[in-house]
Amino acid sequence: MSSLLMAGLLFTPLAWAVLCLLLAFRAARLASVIGMLLQMALSLALWAWVAEQGGFFYHLGGWAPPLGIGLRVDGLAVTFVLLTALVGAACGLHAGLYLDPSRPWQRYFWPLFWMLWAGLNAVWLAGDLFNLYVGLELITLAAVGLVVLGGAAPALEAALRYLFAALIGSLAYLLGVALLYAEFGSLSLVGVGEGAGSASPAASFALLIMLFGLAVKAALFPGHTWLPPAHGIARAPVSALLSGLVVKAAFYVAARVWLELGPALEAAVVGVLLGVAGSAAVCWGSWQALRQPQLKLVVAWSSVAQIGYLFLLFPLSHGVPEAVSLQAQQGVTLQVISHALAKSAMFLAAGNLILSVRSKRVEALAGVSRYLPLSLFSFGLAGVSLMGMPPSGGFAAKWLLLQASLASGQWWWAAVLLVGGLLAAAYVFRIYRASFQEVEESDPFYHPPRSLEIIPLVLALLALGLGLVAEPVLSVLGLPFGGEVLSP
Amino acid sequence: MTSALLYVLAGALLCGGGLAGCLLVRHLLRRLLAFNLLGSGVFLLLVGLPAHRHGSDPVTHALVLTGIVVAVAATALALVLIRRYFHLTGRVSLPTGRQEDR
Amino acid sequence: MIERARQALLGAACLLFTVCLLWAVRHLVALPAEQQALSVLLSRWLPDSGVSHPVTAVLLNFRSYDTLLEIGVLVIAGMVGISLARTSALEDPAMRSADPLLHALLRLFLPLLVLLAGWLLWAGSSRPGGAFQAGALLAAAGVLGRLAGLPMAFLRPGTLLRAGLVLGFSVFLLIALLGALDGRAFLAYPPGLAGALILVIEAGLSLSIGMILLALFVSAPVAPEEDADGGPPA
Repeated sequence: MSSLLMAGLLFTPLAWAVLCLLLAFRAARLASVIGMLLQMALSLALWAWVAEQGGFFYHLGGWAPPLGIGLRVDGLAVTFVLLTALVGAACGLHAGLYLDPSRPWQRYFWPLFWMLWAGLNAVWLAGDLFNLYVGLELITLAAVGLVVLGGAAPALEAALRYLFAALIGSLAYLLGVALLYAEFGSLSLVGVGEGAGSASPAASFALLIMLFGLAVKAALFPGHTWLPPAHGIARAPVSALLSGLVVKAAFYVAARVWLELGPALEAAVVGVLLGVAGSAAVCWGSWQALRQPQLKLVVAWSSVAQIGYLFLLFPLSHGVPEAVSLQAQQGVTLQVISHALAKSAMFLAAGNLILSVRSKRVEALAGVSRYLPLSLFSFGLAGVSLMGMPPSGGFAAKWLLLQASLASGQWWWAAVLLVGGLLAAAYVFRIYRASFQEVEESDPFYHPPRSLEIIPLVLALLALGLGLVAEPVLSVLGLPFGGEVLSP
Repeated sequence: MTSALLYVLAGALLCGGGLAGCLLVRHLLRRLLAFNLLGSGVFLLLVGLPAHRHGSDPVTHALVLTGIVVAVAATALALVLIRRYFHLTGRVSLPTGRQEDR
Repeated sequence: MIERARQALLGAACLLFTVCLLWAVRHLVALPAEQQALSVLLSRWLPDSGVSHPVTAVLLNFRSYDTLLEIGVLVIAGMVGISLARTSALEDPAMRSADPLLHALLRLFLPLLVLLAGWLLWAGSSRPGGAFQAGALLAAAGVLGRLAGLPMAFLRPGTLLRAGLVLGFSVFLLIALLGALDGRAFLAYPPGLAGALILVIEAGLSLSIGMILLALFVSAPVAPEEDADGGPPA
């Protein structure tokens, strides 16, 4: 049963990518809706299976690691698979209505979208270092293709920046994999973790270089410069996918590698450095978001800031009691989920607003609050989660991180949480202030179809409600991982 | 000095040079070449280190072959983007300075 | 001034990186030589893989998931390439030449290249060779033809080209699913059929890889009167 679920989960996105490449835009849209429903059902079924039976290893091709590639299907992985299905389906549905079918190149959105989905699932489930590299590259190339869709000069420029940063990051990661393989003779994450019993200089350097590469791919300050142009220029549903899910994939790999190798290699300094960079990202990203003239760049810079919070995991999970580390991991996981929901909601809402006012600038929003309350409402709800106000998922995440930082005696990270929350409130209210400016003439705006407005609203409500269901969500993450092999 | 050791040394130096090129060179095509140098360095290390220690290792050969295909795909994609960018704007390097304020 | 300082800083960081890398490598090189567990496993299971060349066995059986995703990456590159093409044919008639010497040479080289590609594909199961090498040769044949100006009507961004791009990938994917539907794992070959199926996959992949590389080589000409991308519908 679960073997078939796994096969379906891996097969569907790749098969739909092929199918959609062969179909024209409208037919591909119809096929994609069916595919999204299927993928959602499969993800939900797998999640339910793991919640009930516990996690397992899945050996592809029937070959056990280290010879073959094993997938690690645990609570965290299936939660992210489900999150991907949710956010991916929302962005896909939005894109189906948002993109203009009359432009011949828009049809390529669908195959790239499915390839991106396949790459994300591959990364969440991966248990093999080299397989993670291929999965990350699948994501990168699909994401670059989505950014450049249409091929206008500014999009090309942003895509080239993104491509080069991401490629250097991938190669840095691969260099680390090469060094680890030379030392431990295994590519499976578990195998390498078992080998790294004591501190070894080469393995420490490998860890450092891998984390560096992944931090660039996750747009951690000061390697963030590629993110705002790429996420700002892409179509709204693409930006939502990129900010909501794609940058999280690189962070997820970094966290998995860190939790497996960090304690054994006594890399406390690296953890603190990443924490400092994350804090700087929170402050600098929020400050820049406050100053951007364009709506989507505000949202993009906000992503730079919100990714910074994630990197507090590194100092808070090293050299601290087990319970504190667990709290930090739970907090960061909630932050990943709530940011994925809130930021995709915000980008989709921003896309709707830009459609309505026919301008990308923040000042153009004047009068929107009167005539287009729904999209603005979704934008604000998502903002509540980014600020970290109760009862949102952002609040629950920051609460856990706050507790972890106080319990570990590293109170200074708590100050970062506070400053970041205040700045987030400032840049969200700036958008609101602009939209409450009164305009003279009667409703000058284009009104997008209601279904376009509903999708971000649903995502924002989910982000808001996440804080209320944080307990059950976290309980699935903490499920005992039996580690037993599923051999069909 | 075995030939594997030579590969390892060359790989490490190529990595350093390639990274420097990726970060410092502005011309897009040259930067892409530097990326390929970096990639070759990583592949040499990936094959050379285990070969030096245990003798020839077919697993690393397969990994490098996969890595090369991925690098070829990325290079080809970058070339297509660079070529179109050059056709549209006449530029061979990305402009510096603050892009996000435009 | 700031730019100079930034460059100096980056240069120093690269130097530091190289020194650290050499230091790590020195440490790895000094590790004692030992029999590697993975190599033992590989030789133990090689007879069951359906091919006799260990690299091909790793690529298309033991770690076939990597290869599947890798072809996915290549397909993405091909897709983006043709998505940026704005002309009805990827090939530019203005670039055709009528040099008789070149054409005479081509008549000799093209069949030779195709033959060699076929041989590499076949050789892959027992010695160095395989789908990517064969595909690269096919693409090289195409590039030669293109440089000599042979008409290449099939490189139109239409259904045929798209189907060609994903042919190998689809074959691979369907065979991967076959294993799962039969009660085994995803990507597992039916017993006894591994060798034959690997050859089928490789044949499909060679064609597609050749086509993708060729499409990327000729793609992305910019039409003179290009309409600017107008943004979302309003």
